[in-house]
Amino acid sequence: MSLFWIPVLLLIGVFVPLITERFGRTACAFFTMLAPALALTQIAGLLPEVLSGEVLTESLAWIPAVGLTLSMRLDGLGMMFSLLILGIGLLIILYARYYLSEKDAMGRFYAYLILFMTAMLSIVLSNNLLQLWMAWEVTSISSFLLISYWSSKTDSRKGARMALTVTGAGGLALLAGLLIIADIVGSYDLATVLASGDVIREHAMYPVALILVLLGAFTKSAQFPFHFWLPHAMAAPTPVSAYLHSATMVKAGIFLLARMYPVLSGTELWFLTVSLTGLATLLLGAYVALFKHDLKGLLAYSTISHLGLITLLLGMDTKLAAVAAVFHIMNHAIFKASLFMAAGIIDHESGSRDMRKLNGLWRYMPYTATLAMVAAASMAGVPLLNGFLSKEMFFAETLHQVALGSLSWMIPVLATLGGIFSVAYSLRFIHDVFFNGEPIDIPKTPHEPPRYMKIPIEILVTMCLLVGIFPSFMIGSLLQAASSTVLDGQLPEYSLSVWHGFNLPLLMSAIAMAGGLLVYAYRGRLYSFQAQFRETDAKLVFEGVIQAIVRQATAFHEWMANGSLQRYVALLLLLTLVMTASPLMELNSAAGHLPHQPVNGIEITAAILLCISALATVILHRQRMVALITLSVVGLIVSITFARFSAPDLALTQLAVEVVTVILLMLALFFLPQKTKNESSPRRVVRDLGIAAVCGGVIATINYAIITRPFDSISEFFLANSKTGGGGTNVVNVILVDFRGFDTLGEITVLGIAALGIFKLIARMRLAMPSADEKGRAWSEDRHPLILAMISQSLLPLALLVSVYIFLRGHNMPGGGFIAGLVTSVALIQQYIAHGVDWIKPRIKVDYQVLIASGVLIAALTGAGSWLFDKPFLTSWFDYFDIPWIGKIELASAILFDLGVYLTVVGATLLILANLGKLTTRHRPTVEE
Amino acid sequence: MEALYVFCVGILTFSGIFLCLRGRTFPVVLGLTLLSYAVNLFLFSSGRLRLDGAAILGTSESYTDPLPQALVLTAIVIGFAMIAFVVILAMRARADLGNDFVDGREPPDADQAIKPTRGKV
Repeated sequence: MSLFWIPVLLLIGVFVPLITERFGRTACAFFTMLAPALALTQIAGLLPEVLSGEVLTESLAWIPAVGLTLSMRLDGLGMMFSLLILGIGLLIILYARYYLSEKDAMGRFYAYLILFMTAMLSIVLSNNLLQLWMAWEVTSISSFLLISYWSSKTDSRKGARMALTVTGAGGLALLAGLLIIADIVGSYDLATVLASGDVIREHAMYPVALILVLLGAFTKSAQFPFHFWLPHAMAAPTPVSAYLHSATMVKAGIFLLARMYPVLSGTELWFLTVSLTGLATLLLGAYVALFKHDLKGLLAYSTISHLGLITLLLGMDTKLAAVAAVFHIMNHAIFKASLFMAAGIIDHESGSRDMRKLNGLWRYMPYTATLAMVAAASMAGVPLLNGFLSKEMFFAETLHQVALGSLSWMIPVLATLGGIFSVAYSLRFIHDVFFNGEPIDIPKTPHEPPRYMKIPIEILVTMCLLVGIFPSFMIGSLLQAASSTVLDGQLPEYSLSVWHGFNLPLLMSAIAMAGGLLVYAYRGRLYSFQAQFRETDAKLVFEGVIQAIVRQATAFHEWMANGSLQRYVALLLLLTLVMTASPLMELNSAAGHLPHQPVNGIEITAAILLCISALATVILHRQRMVALITLSVVGLIVSITFARFSAPDLALTQLAVEVVTVILLMLALFFLPQKTKNESSPRRVVRDLGIAAVCGGVIATINYAIITRPFDSISEFFLANSKTGGGGTNVVNVILVDFRGFDTLGEITVLGIAALGIFKLIARMRLAMPSADEKGRAWSEDRHPLILAMISQSLLPLALLVSVYIFLRGHNMPGGGFIAGLVTSVALIQQYIAHGVDWIKPRIKVDYQVLIASGVLIAALTGAGSWLFDKPFLTSWFDYFDIPWIGKIELASAILFDLGVYLTVVGATLLILANLGKLTTRHRPTVEE
Repeated sequence: MEALYVFCVGILTFSGIFLCLRGRTFPVVLGLTLLSYAVNLFLFSSGRLRLDGAAILGTSESYTDPLPQALVLTAIVIGFAMIAFVVILAMRARADLGNDFVDGREPPDADQAIKPTRGKV
């Protein structure tokens, strides 16, 4: 069966508890266990192949065009983690069945748990960097959901938020790091990345990538100084703490370090950063754990300490250290999960987790106590238990360190110190809880838990013992396979035997034992010493930092987005200036090689007129009507300019649009204030003049640089194929309706949408109607002058005729749908102006919205019509026909498309202007219309 | 000729941007209109300036570049739609908010004279 089935199976398993919840709690737990159990048998079936050193990979092209593949990989390290994840996961499901009370939503809990399991398994089985990262993020999210499972508790919510923020931020750093690595290697494929360690280590970006990846790993694995989230994550239900926050998720960071070990390790930077971080975490966690009165708090800090130990091992410059790290990952997961479960039982059956109250539980639950004591002894590193073995290896490796030069002797000493505290807090766990007098007012009378709740612990404690006594037999080959993955196949010589003779590591162990006993015996003094320090609550600090960040962001946002269009435009322009100015400075000279064309007097006159009227618009803009008139002069000269430079189509379009725009603005002006008060401060005016002048200068320079340089146009193609391929001699029109017809279709759609939007804006508009102009003069009573009415009425047929003519000849001569549509619109609007809406309404019964819709539809259908002839969308067709009496004429499908353009333009223009005009009459448009 | 042309484009850009930076809606609309002239002229000139090039096939030996013309033609029409939309938006803003400011401040006595009420003919 394919490797892909394993995560898919689990993903399906996410829904199982939600469905089976109704059948009762035991049934729900049973069915939930099916998917992981199936996955476990699948993985276990592959065990022989993996143990023989094979790396199983499979890949599935997802979006090959951008190099995205789904890729799975099962090697020794992945196998070890998969077994831990699925094995402990199954025990946790069983345990949680008895841990959760009847009020808790069991289906939801299991669904989150399986979701996490899927994500975690996807991390360890991933053969692609991005895929690994995605799964990594899902573990953060599912961890958030699980911590906040009891969402009514403040602690749960805050703890969940903190965990998500820290691990999420680390996840972003990790993404950046992985992207850099992928950029160096040129592939996201893990196998490729693992094979290019030398390339990565020698690359200039290596330190950056390393630090980013380490940030991701350290936040996830709660390394100092990011360790603070883990104790607060203990607000989660205990099965979650046992599973995510000791056995699996926090090991994801360690897994990443181990996974990237062949690629990233081997440099001074790696050894120093990783080993010192690990050492600091080891000591801090071990020391603080001793002072935690909360059972889970103690275990949380102990977890931090052990994670630090593994990190330290991975940061050491010997191969054996890496083996020890892999070994300890396994051992820690086994004994810590069982300890957490024991703590959960104690909490569950006695109602308290406070070690100052919990005393002498041995009498009440001897069986659980025995199990817990064995696990705790393993945590302390007592011989014949699994914790002892890896701890011995750890002590032995600290003796071989040279990373700190002449200060390297400190490492074994500090490691022993960590060992002392580790023994002390383990002793405290055993002695305080199970002995040390009688329980002090705890809510319930403690008793043994249900039979099946103990099974997971029994299994794990048995594992502790078996691995501790028969290490090679139990896990020898798995450890070998996993370590050889980490070390890229170069396994050192090592012995897993329990007894290595009297040597220095054994002495260190003995010192740790004796020291731990002493520390515990004199713990009272240590407590009173520690009581002098005020405890800082990480939650308060964290919330403070978050709130400060939010305040800063809000302030920045309010400064940026204060609702002022002026500020937005100014900022935007300044940014544009900065970005365009630098390439312009690299340009030696604005002037190119093309010869300049001569200028004649008419052109100069037109240019002067254009500049004067543009500047006049600026100067007179407070007198709005005057400014509008000067603006229309500018538009006219622009239109003439187009005509002058051989663009008759543009000139016609500009002219028609100019008329429509000015009418529109005049109508708008009727409702807007006639004058603008002088509100800008002189400083603002100077600033704006500056920005505008620099922008104008830059644009003119760019334009000058462009038009004085020769270029290769793609238009040769259009000129050559316009007649033969498009059937028209007006190349501009052929481009619009044929070559770039799809663009035009989009454009008329936009035009239609804009017109409809405007209509909706107008429909609900409630504006005051000024009865006089700003000087108090009433509007003219003579609303529809007779002469204007008569002339425009007689002009209408002529104008329509012209527009038909322009439309029909458009394919071969200047003209076309756009221009004809505008001419028609102008002719009709003139009727509105001359006669008023009352007169028009019964005469023109066209619904402009229907006009727009049919226009777009015709154009689109014309395009789709070519499908009938097995041609691509918008292929145009034309032919010549000999019609008696008339002669030879050309018929082209493009004219139908142009008809669509024509209808849309007429509909859009009139929908806007006629409705705006209607605002002044009793025929106000309404939404229903 | 080229220098004169870009000078005009520069002046149009300057005028348009200055008006866009004003604090009321109508000058902004005027500014946008001027700016769209400038943009259209700019785009148009990317086909280089041809005094007597032919736009129609078969009428002359040398042709102008039809591609920028086609692009600018639709730009003119879309530009009209945009200006219309902005103008109507400005009117609607005045109708709903009672003033025509775009500078984000609440004006102290914005158009107290004209209250947004239902108009009559």
